[in-house]
Amino acid sequence: MGLRHWLAERAPVAEIIEELEHKRVPQHRHSIYYYAGGAALFFFMVQVVTGALLLMYYRPSASEAYESVQFIMARVPFGWLIRSIHSWSANLMVGTVFIHLFSVLFLKSYRRPRELTWMSGMVLFGLVLAFGFTGYLLPWNELAYFATRVGTAIPASIPVVGEGLVRLLRGGNDVTGGTLTRFFGMHVAILPGICTILIGLHVLLVQRHGMSVPPSIEAESKASGMPVPSVPFLPDYMLRDLFGWTLALFAVAALSAFLPWELGKKADLFAPAPAGIRPEWYFLWAFQTLKFVPATLLGLEGEFVASLAIGLGGLALFALPLLDRNTHTSRRIVTWMGAAVVLYIIAMTALALGGGAVQ
Amino acid sequence: MSAPGARRERRSFLNWLLGTWAAGVLAAIGFPVMRFLTPPDVPEPTTAAASGGQASTLLPNSFRIVPFGAKPAIVIRQASGELKALSATCTHLSCTVQYRGDMSQIWCACHNGRYDLNGRNVAGPPPRPLEAFDVSVRNDEIVISRRA
Repeated sequence: MGLRHWLAERAPVAEIIEELEHKRVPQHRHSIYYYAGGAALFFFMVQVVTGALLLMYYRPSASEAYESVQFIMARVPFGWLIRSIHSWSANLMVGTVFIHLFSVLFLKSYRRPRELTWMSGMVLFGLVLAFGFTGYLLPWNELAYFATRVGTAIPASIPVVGEGLVRLLRGGNDVTGGTLTRFFGMHVAILPGICTILIGLHVLLVQRHGMSVPPSIEAESKASGMPVPSVPFLPDYMLRDLFGWTLALFAVAALSAFLPWELGKKADLFAPAPAGIRPEWYFLWAFQTLKFVPATLLGLEGEFVASLAIGLGGLALFALPLLDRNTHTSRRIVTWMGAAVVLYIIAMTALALGGGAVQ
Repeated sequence: MSAPGARRERRSFLNWLLGTWAAGVLAAIGFPVMRFLTPPDVPEPTTAAASGGQASTLLPNSFRIVPFGAKPAIVIRQASGELKALSATCTHLSCTVQYRGDMSQIWCACHNGRYDLNGRNVAGPPPRPLEAFDVSVRNDEIVISRRA
């Protein structure tokens, strides 16, 4: 009568373990991309832990936010490390989510019956970007202040509802302390709540359907008459995933220790936007696009046309499993369009990084 | 025992009642939440005039940002010594602009928008001109005021 027996009587632990031992994960030349989702989950967990720690000292008000982050970094033991890990892990999470999204797209893993897995993943992608946008403002520094002013002004160009949306986002007409508390609430309560539920659903669906085998591997297996090789989820795949997580931990720890995240200057509401201002790297492509768009385009406000195009692109990406008819031609179109989007993002980011920010 | 037809009717009525109840509960929760999230209108006093700081400390070919009510305004002393004052909020995406002496223009660092010293949007994405203010100097204090 050990603990194991006591537990077995009350919770289906043995059944779950047995199921995981029987579950198999395909093993082929693209299997490496299976680990991207797990890595994103790992970074999310790091964010939850470090975020909860930062909450012990952070003060969400315009007069105290910057000073409280300064206090965390200068006075609290290991405060600099916790805050650096939170910032680095956030960036690595966005990077991993990008890799996860595009690898799923190129390997066509969104096909039936995984449409809902893809769609829940796309919503999670939006939530991750919202996490980044709201978290960026919290230290209340100069760069974040202007990035938020720009970011929250974009919906203003939408006819009829635009102004109302801007007020809703900012908690007033301007970016003020009211915006800071609103972003804080979203960052630490609303987004984590929704995100946790959706991650649960997403992972459940992945477990339910198993890993998708790319069409090329499927075709090769059919031609050779040999089944696609696979490994057991428990322990083989799990151990490999854990090894990946250890590498991720190593990366985030090394980056945080050797390149601690800077705080910058405190936001001054009556100072001009500094030269070289730009948002976080994952918004640079949109930022650069806005810079190229003229004041009026097709008789409409330029930024409205640009935002509309980006919005429709996002919607098309969300609905991708419904748009792709899963024929050889449609799959090729998805590959080429995906490649074009990746190239566009890389080119615009490079332009923004290469000094395109200043005249 | 009621007839199957009557039972079906009662079932569909109950379903309708249940749906109405659910919609009512959702609306009763959703409406106040949405209203709560929309910030209340706090009327801002209309600012007619504000101080632009000391005139003697604003050197030729330089600028300063000053509060004009809750919004920033830019005060510029041109190389010729003439003073100009305009709204400092870029009409593109509301960054705060600055004066660039090297190009004698008002410049927004966020998306490279440019205005001439009368506030006209001359290059980049800004869709509208900056509002220009009247400037006067009284006892070495710059006074900027909204044009009538």
